[in-house]
Amino acid sequence: MTLDRRDFLKLMGAGAGVSLAGCATQQTAAVGEAMSKSGGRRVVVVGGGYGGTVAAKYIRMLDSSIEVVLIEPNKQFVSCPFSNLYIGGLLKDLSSLTIGYDKLAANHGIKMVHDTVTAVDPVKKTVTVSTGTIDYDRLVVSPGVDFRAEELEGYNLATTPEIMPHAWKAGPQTLLLRKQLEAMPNGGTVVLTVPVSPFRCPPGPYERTSMIAMYLKEHKPKSKIVVLDANPDIASKPGLFRKGWAKHYASIIDYRKAQKVTAVNEKNRSVFVEGIEEIKGDVVNVIPPQRAGKIAQVAGLIGPDKAWCPVDATTFESKLHKNIHVIGDACIAGAMPKSGYSANSEAKVCATNVVAMMNGKETTELSGINTCFSYISAKEAISVAGVYTVKGGAIIAVPNSGGVSPDLSELEAIYAESWLKNILTEMST
Amino acid sequence: MIKTRKGWALAAGILAVSTTALAAPPSAEMLSNACAGCHGTNGGSAGLTMPSLAGQSKEAIVDAMKKYKSGERKSTIMGRLAKGYSDAQIVAMGEFFSKKKIHATNQTLDPVKVAKGASLQEANCSRCHLEEGREGKDDTPAMASQWLPYLQIQMNQYLTDQRKMPEKMAEKVKPLSKADLDALLHYYASVK
Repeated sequence: MTLDRRDFLKLMGAGAGVSLAGCATQQTAAVGEAMSKSGGRRVVVVGGGYGGTVAAKYIRMLDSSIEVVLIEPNKQFVSCPFSNLYIGGLLKDLSSLTIGYDKLAANHGIKMVHDTVTAVDPVKKTVTVSTGTIDYDRLVVSPGVDFRAEELEGYNLATTPEIMPHAWKAGPQTLLLRKQLEAMPNGGTVVLTVPVSPFRCPPGPYERTSMIAMYLKEHKPKSKIVVLDANPDIASKPGLFRKGWAKHYASIIDYRKAQKVTAVNEKNRSVFVEGIEEIKGDVVNVIPPQRAGKIAQVAGLIGPDKAWCPVDATTFESKLHKNIHVIGDACIAGAMPKSGYSANSEAKVCATNVVAMMNGKETTELSGINTCFSYISAKEAISVAGVYTVKGGAIIAVPNSGGVSPDLSELEAIYAESWLKNILTEMST
Repeated sequence: MIKTRKGWALAAGILAVSTTALAAPPSAEMLSNACAGCHGTNGGSAGLTMPSLAGQSKEAIVDAMKKYKSGERKSTIMGRLAKGYSDAQIVAMGEFFSKKKIHATNQTLDPVKVAKGASLQEANCSRCHLEEGREGKDDTPAMASQWLPYLQIQMNQYLTDQRKMPEKMAEKVKPLSKADLDALLHYYASVK
């Protein structure tokens, strides 16, 4: 983990030693300051991704008398959306996907703590980090996902991703997968495994398949990509992906549905379908099954499905612990998919109602949006969009709205770039 | 405080019911904030092909959304989204964004084109695109400070009949050359 981060910082052009030292100093100062301020009202937000940054920002925008502490171990965030374009070779580096927290913190008076949460006490209402304990009135957790490695025999969380990258958290893993593709001989086989739904970013594995196929077609045309999908069919935009693949990559993509991978072998660089059929690859991209991020486990927020966090559909308050809200991929948000835009939208609903509850005011029903673009080729993208409301305590899609693109579209590929620019600007300023 | 597991579940159950029962219908702010992921915080867009909604007239937003909703105005994603809102909700969003300040953009623009556009706009556009494009007559959209690529995409859609020009606009646009139109777009993009 540390090595990953150092390598990554080096690649990002930052001096690892300097950054880590600077980081430690800032942590101590920030926690000290955060802890010493007593008497006021405080919200602690854990996780500086698509959900957490926006929740912290909107709470401050809606009520600047509430102190907001944002806890995030990394000093930079790398977006998962668009990271498939780097893997396919459409982006030269990850700089356009990378944001910092300085402007966000300065513009909105958010207190940043670069540290990892080790414990949450929902009764005392405290969060523990390596340098101390922080009190909260309300806690918002946006921890993203973790891997259910125990469901893949032979999968070691520390070593397997170095050999068979998941690249499902953007950063060093994204770089590694690209490096492996570049090193692969022409005529080699890429294996990509899709876990059973629900997982982070439903169209993500299929966009990645498209981007890898695009790279192979151009640079290694004798190569193939075998997709082993645990689901009964392509889990998102199936018609459009099939159309795009038939148009561009018919001889490159070998898509196999209902092929659940249950074991891996690091030495052979292989995976096993239902523990029996061994499939080897030159590059093996294993996307493991997922659950709510670690902090959700630490805080006891995961529900009876042992994977995700049940929440109230209006406030995103945990159904297991009062005063703790869960947003983004980690929560069960009914019809809203586990996407970056959903997390952005949920964060605002949560922020609105956290502020209302802290001021003893009436809460407001959710109105949410998801928009999600997937690239098929260098110039064509497809999208899915939805508008969400609450009915009978559950988040549903507004009837007769939303849906997928009618066809592959060059205009959507152009709009997608502005999508990224705007959503990352929202998170970082 | 109830500390047993059963107690927590009970408390949470009551909480879930009560917040749902008490929650007010989505406010203008709740509805509009959801748009900001694509259109920028408070409707100020940083994406070159995405329009800023900040400072746009209420009538223009309502007109655009209703046309998206009915399919009269072609779109990629907006038609699918507009169908998710009632007419009253669309008006509420229009009001919300119209009250925000125009989002001033910093764009690198050709000064010769900007100057040419400035000289053309008075005679051709200013009766409807008021105050140098900062406001609009009736449902005419404000254009000041919108990103040039966004304006160019829209003009191209007008010229290729993908978007229908109002009659008065068509009369003015017809005699103008493509270079004239491009100069006008440069001009409006430059207004702060």
